[in-house]
Amino acid sequence: MISHIRTMWLVFLHLFHKKATIQYPEEKIRLRPRYKGRIVLTKDPDGGERCVGCYLCAAACPVDCIALQATEDEHGRRYPEFFRINFSRCIFCGYCEEACPTYAIQLIPDFEMAEFKRQNLVFEKEDLLIDSQGKYPGYNFYKAAGVNIGVKEKGAGDQEERPVDIHDLLP
Amino acid sequence: MTVMQHIWIVLGVLFVLLNIAAGLIWVERRLLAMWQDRLGPNRAGPLGILIVLADTLKLFFKEDWIPPFADKWLFILAPAIVVGSVLMSFVIIPFAPQIVVADLNIGLLFFLAMSSLGVYSIVLGGWASNNKYSLLGALRGASQMIAYEVFMGLSLMGIVMLTGSFNLGAIVAAQQHTWFVFTQPLGFIIFFIAGIAETHRLPFDIPEAESELIAGYHAEYSGMKFGMFFIGEYLGITLISAMTATLFFGGWLGPGFLPPWAWFFLKTFFFIGIFILLRASLPRPRYDQLMGYGWKILLPLVLVNLLVTGAIALCLRG
Repeated sequence: MISHIRTMWLVFLHLFHKKATIQYPEEKIRLRPRYKGRIVLTKDPDGGERCVGCYLCAAACPVDCIALQATEDEHGRRYPEFFRINFSRCIFCGYCEEACPTYAIQLIPDFEMAEFKRQNLVFEKEDLLIDSQGKYPGYNFYKAAGVNIGVKEKGAGDQEERPVDIHDLLP
Repeated sequence: MTVMQHIWIVLGVLFVLLNIAAGLIWVERRLLAMWQDRLGPNRAGPLGILIVLADTLKLFFKEDWIPPFADKWLFILAPAIVVGSVLMSFVIIPFAPQIVVADLNIGLLFFLAMSSLGVYSIVLGGWASNNKYSLLGALRGASQMIAYEVFMGLSLMGIVMLTGSFNLGAIVAAQQHTWFVFTQPLGFIIFFIAGIAETHRLPFDIPEAESELIAGYHAEYSGMKFGMFFIGEYLGITLISAMTATLFFGGWLGPGFLPPWAWFFLKTFFFIGIFILLRASLPRPRYDQLMGYGWKILLPLVLVNLLVTGAIALCLRG
């Protein structure tokens, strides 16, 4: 009996405790930078698309919500002809971000993407592309290494050396 | 009192009671939420009080379905009985001097009789639903309410002995100097426990017990028929709170700076708050624990209380 009354008193005191409720539309929770929300396609520091259309994200996606078609421009630079994410299927697992070799696809802290029509949840490339480098500023895939596709000259990349002139005697 | 005045009192009491019963939906959800460190419904209207309207509208627009396997007429009758019998009990409560629907000289007996009639709604509702969980709930409800009916009646007999009347007006008048909670503390505790069991509120919500019986006797009910059970439950809380205030806490008696009806409502709302606090804090006992607790502890206690009260009353008078 005493313990019952004590329980009731302790529960009553909760009237004056701080409430755990966050009143959502007015008051928002602080999302951490690594929160896995809406998916975006980022650009490199020169403003070009980072995506090279390698299909690794589409292959990694457990719910098959990513569809894309790769193509090349006149210099041989690969880019996606279309890039489509169906957010009504997406489970925001972040596997696409992990799979991406060029840091193009990234998940950002935003979950407010409710729509009245289901079709509006299918995002095309122009909806996904943002004018930002996302979480990896300064990274430029095409400038790191690789063949000349109009971004850098042969051997001018950050992680490569100039080609050796094999006819020269000096080291 | 003229006939017209009487009709006004009846209508006024009905209006206030039904509004309180509906408003308790909001009060309970808000208070329960506060005690669980939440906020509860606070969007519709000022402080969320229009949730009552939204809930009622929702209940009205739900499909009013009668299962094909149910006993149709009993199924319809059961929710009406619970509201009817509880509302009938309010007839004898003096809300303020002169404001009472029927000043019966056997008021207390009338209250006990009417609250016993409430068992029929549970039994008939559970039986007519033709569903094993409903029937189990109905069986539990019947035995629980009959068991606790016994102590409820007996716990009030101490008051009747001290007052010498079954009339609630006389009982309130007898508390002019001391509230009966001080002279009948055991009677108060047992009456309140029996009252919780009588309204089958948590922690004694054994006839409904969501976690064991889905929803017990009203599992098959939907729409406003379910709403009637709901309203009946809230009216029952109000009734037990009002009776506790009247019988043990001096009813409308109180210092003169507030009108008598205000004192009555203050006391009633205090006990409604206790009902909700009980729901927020205590877990449900097992069914056999409830019955054992009732018959093995409360019944002897209430008999001892009766005996001692009788002896003291006899000594004082002799």
